[in-house]
Amino acid sequence: MSITVIDYGSGNLKSAAKALETAANNINLTSKILVTSDPKKIKQSDKIILPGQGSFRDCYLGIKKISGLSEALNEFVLEKKKPILGICVGMQLFAKTGYESEETKGFGWIDAEVRKINNMNKKLKLPHMGWNEIELKKDCFLFSNIKNKSHVYFIHSYEFKTKQKDCVVATTNYGNSIIVSVVKGNIFGTQFHPEKSQKNGLVILENFLKWKL
Amino acid sequence: MLKNRIIPCLDVKNGRVVKGINFVDLVDAGDPVEQAKIYDQQGADELCFLDITASNENRSIILNTVKKTAEKCFMPLTVGGGVRTLEDIRNLLLAGADKVSINTAAVNNKNLVKESAEKFGSQCIVVAVDAKKIKENKWEIFTHGGRKSTGIDALKFAEKMEKMGAGEILLTSMDRDGTKRGYDLDLTKKVSNLVNIPVIASGGVGSLDHLHQGIKIGKANAVLAASIFHFGEFSIQDAKKYLDSKGIPVRI
Repeated sequence: MSITVIDYGSGNLKSAAKALETAANNINLTSKILVTSDPKKIKQSDKIILPGQGSFRDCYLGIKKISGLSEALNEFVLEKKKPILGICVGMQLFAKTGYESEETKGFGWIDAEVRKINNMNKKLKLPHMGWNEIELKKDCFLFSNIKNKSHVYFIHSYEFKTKQKDCVVATTNYGNSIIVSVVKGNIFGTQFHPEKSQKNGLVILENFLKWKL
Repeated sequence: MLKNRIIPCLDVKNGRVVKGINFVDLVDAGDPVEQAKIYDQQGADELCFLDITASNENRSIILNTVKKTAEKCFMPLTVGGGVRTLEDIRNLLLAGADKVSINTAAVNNKNLVKESAEKFGSQCIVVAVDAKKIKENKWEIFTHGGRKSTGIDALKFAEKMEKMGAGEILLTSMDRDGTKRGYDLDLTKKVSNLVNIPVIASGGVGSLDHLHQGIKIGKANAVLAASIFHFGEFSIQDAKKYLDSKGIPVRI
C-alpha cells in the first residue's frame, strides 16, 4: 500500500511518517510511506495523511502556494474518493471557513467552521494542551479496539464546529464538549495527534491503514 | 477532563545524559535515547531534553539524539538549550521535536519568540523562564544556564512572552534546581495565575509530594522533574499513583 504524508512545510512530519511505518509493521502490512507535496505522487497514492501545525490560515495558504497541490487533494478526496486522514489543523482544513487571525476559506469538504475555544472567562488555559479523554459517539471502524474514555494527546486553541452531527465520531470535554474526530465517507479527521498518543494513537493509525471503503 | 502532565526531563551534554546540582558538578549517567524509551514505556506524558551546555558547544549532536528518539517514542517531545535562531528551531522540529524551548535568546532577542510563533505556531514555542528570588515577592530572570543575571522581573517577562506568542512557560526556580527541596511554590503560583497559557513547574523536586504541591499549591498544569526519575528513585507510574491518591487528575 502506498501512503503519502502531505508535505507543505508544516511541522513535524517525521513523527507522522514513523508512526505510520510502525503501525504498518504492527499489522504486517507492506507499505511504502512517502513524504511529499508532488501532485503526481499524491494521485498515485492509496491513502493520504494531511498533517497541520500552526494557524489555519498559514496552513491553507501553505497548500495554495504549491502548484497543483490543492487541486490534487480535491481530486483525491472528492472524485477518487480515496481515504484521507487529517490531523489537527489538517482536520480543521476540511471545514468551509476558519477564523484564526482572519477569516480564511478551507477545503469545505465538511460543512463546518473553525473557531477559537471558549476559555470560560480565562478559567481555562489555551492551548488545550495535554492528554484528555475521548467520548466515542458512535460505532466506527476507525476506533476499533479503542475503549471509550481513552486518553489521546491534544494541542490546539481552535475547535471544529459543525451542524452535521452525523459526521461526529468522538468528542472531548474542555469547558464545553469539543468535536475531536469526524468521519464522512472517505474523509477522516482527528483533532488530537495519533502520532503522539503512544499505543492508542498507533491503534488508530493501524485502523486507518486497514480501513476499506 | 484534561490531565496534569508528568514530564521527565533529561539534561543532555554531548549526547549523554547528565544531571547537575545547581547546574555544575555534572554526573554522567546514560544514553538519552534508551532513557527516553524507558519513560515512554512507563507512560510519561511528555519528554523534555535540555541541551544544557549547548549555548557554547556543537549543536549537531542533539539533533541526532532527537531524531533517534522521535523514531522510537510516539509521544510529545520538547527540546531546549542553545536555541537562538529561527533556523535552530526549524532544525529541531525537522529532527522530530514537537516543541522547542527558548531561554537566553528570548531575553536577548525580543522578536525571536514573536517571529517563531508566527512562523511555526504558538503550539510549538515554549519559553523557559529561569528565575531567582532576589527579595520577598520578587524574582529575576537569569540566562546562560543560571550564570547571568539580567535585571528583568520574572513575572513581567512571563506575561510579555505570552503576548509575544509563547504557547507555554517552562518555569524553573534557579534557587531550587538540584536541591531536592521542592518547587518554589510562591513563584509557580504567581506565574500560573498571571498567564493564560500552560505553565510547567520545574526545579527542586526531591519527593513525590513535591509534584503534588506543584499542581495543588503552585497551580502548575504540568510538573517536570529529572533526577528522581532518572536515578530510578521513583518510576513515572509511582508518581501518577501518588498524585491519583491525592485526587490530582492524571492519566493512568
